[in-house]
Amino acid sequence: MKKKRGRVSTNKRSLTYHLMLLVPAVIVFIYCYVPIMGNIMAFQNFYPGLGFFKSDWVGLENFKILFMMPDTLPAIRNTLLIAVAKIIGNLIVPVTFALLLNEVRLRWFKRTVQTITYLPYFLSWVILSGILINFLSPGSTADGAGFFNSLLMKAGFIKEPVFFLGNKQTFPATIIISDIWKNFGFNTIVYLAALTGIDPGLYEAASVDGAGRFSQTIHITLPGISQIIVLMTILSIGNVLNAGFDQIFNLYSPAVYETGDIIDTLVYRLGLVNQQYSLSAAVGLFKSVVSMILIVASYRIADKYAGYKVF
Amino acid sequence: MRKASVGRRVFVICNYVFIAAITISCLVPILNVLALSFSDSQAIIENKVGLMPVDFTLKAYEFVMKSNEFWTSVWVTVKRVLIGVPVNLVLTVLAAYPLSKSEQQFKSRKFYVAYFLVVMVFSGGLIPTYYVVSRTGLMDSVWSLILPGAVPIFNVILVMNFFRNLPRELEESAMLDGAGQWKILLQIFLPLSKPSIATVTLFSLVNHWNSWFDGLIYSNFTSHYPLQSYLQTLIVSTNQALMEGDLSQIMNRMSVNDTNLKAAQIFISIIPLLLIYPFLQKYFTTGLVLGSVKG
Repeated sequence: MKKKRGRVSTNKRSLTYHLMLLVPAVIVFIYCYVPIMGNIMAFQNFYPGLGFFKSDWVGLENFKILFMMPDTLPAIRNTLLIAVAKIIGNLIVPVTFALLLNEVRLRWFKRTVQTITYLPYFLSWVILSGILINFLSPGSTADGAGFFNSLLMKAGFIKEPVFFLGNKQTFPATIIISDIWKNFGFNTIVYLAALTGIDPGLYEAASVDGAGRFSQTIHITLPGISQIIVLMTILSIGNVLNAGFDQIFNLYSPAVYETGDIIDTLVYRLGLVNQQYSLSAAVGLFKSVVSMILIVASYRIADKYAGYKVF
Repeated sequence: MRKASVGRRVFVICNYVFIAAITISCLVPILNVLALSFSDSQAIIENKVGLMPVDFTLKAYEFVMKSNEFWTSVWVTVKRVLIGVPVNLVLTVLAAYPLSKSEQQFKSRKFYVAYFLVVMVFSGGLIPTYYVVSRTGLMDSVWSLILPGAVPIFNVILVMNFFRNLPRELEESAMLDGAGQWKILLQIFLPLSKPSIATVTLFSLVNHWNSWFDGLIYSNFTSHYPLQSYLQTLIVSTNQALMEGDLSQIMNRMSVNDTNLKAAQIFISIIPLLLIYPFLQKYFTTGLVLGSVKG
């Protein structure tokens, strides 16, 4: 009798849980699962007026066109180049900055530095683009050169203003550096937290043994945070095809498409500007599939080597 | 304490200088915008403005205060924040609570975990999502900015991990007293989860405040743009038109928008974030730590 009551109450509990999950699950179904299914338009000659059921099936035709288009391969190349450089920079710079900041003994200095470097992380790329476009401006008919160019010219580094955002040679570097600039303050926190977790006794012991500050850093500090570094590296693998749409969309222009156009901006132009829904969906699907493989692989590796579990 | 060696002292000084320089680099572009917004257009054209306003004026701000377009977009953003943040919160908690149970307590947990994990890993992509939003009749409505991202999976994971780390005895004793699951969630779990709730509230607040792309593509009329989408067309599109040499468009915008006007609007849009900045600093970090604690 008792056993039966227990089972009934478990069922009732489960029912409550299903009820709680109902609305989130339905919304996720409509706005995440239906679009995933909507990717079948990549295999159709899709017309919004005809919908999914009446549009013609074309098989892999869109993918063939896709890889014959002159824009596709450069976009993939640019995406990989920019994304990988960002991943590396967003790893090395915060780690280095955390190590340097860890040597600082003045509390107020440390706090102030963190407060300020943290700020750009919270500003949207629209705002930051507005700021950067002005700041890096080479000058136009309406305005003089921006602050950065003026500074470089006064310091004698350059004679002519450089159009950092409008020049295809300087564009990728500008994108990569400004992204690292936006994020390093925030990323530093992760490593600083790991640094405070290192046992101070280790440093004392090392210093008794005659190890200098530098060798202490190499032999105690770095191994102490190596686990979190490895974890962050593995998890960033999933971003190899994310070169940063928000940033590039707001900073690029046709003059720099050659080195600055990425998969996501190509999808946008094809789909929403040129109304080539099927072709655009094909590019998007290609990206989603490759990203998914990378993310799943990175989670697997993270689980195996660092014991990291998502759910 | 041993006296520091010469090498050490040189390092310490260089270190301070280097860190200070990097820190200033984060502040300079923002100070530059602030200075531009308070400067006279003539001084900007003559390239005189650095970090301090030149020929201090409030003209740009006066113009913005009277700008209908600007305040309409602010109102759209306020609406999306006031509706969107509570929607995010309620759905996050509703999903996080059952998922925080063990598989014995909730047999279907595995299914739901897989269900949410799939959409974290695989996205439908821009065009299909756009099509679904337009077919569900959300175009030009504030709901197009809220519903597609109404269940932030990352936040769900964060709150779920927090719930899991609460002592299990709390729930057991409440159940012995005859409390149902809703009561346990609302009266025991939620009051104990203030730090994690604060964190996800701020996450979704910043997210709603900063989003611009959804407003841009899901609105047919500029009067439905949220603030960031409005600023995007104002600042970025004008700049791109400049680079593309689209003369008519440039002339059109030039007559109304000067650098200092844009700077003033950029600065006004940062102010709310600066006001809640102390909270952001406190809770975004807790959020990171919470997110990394695995049950």
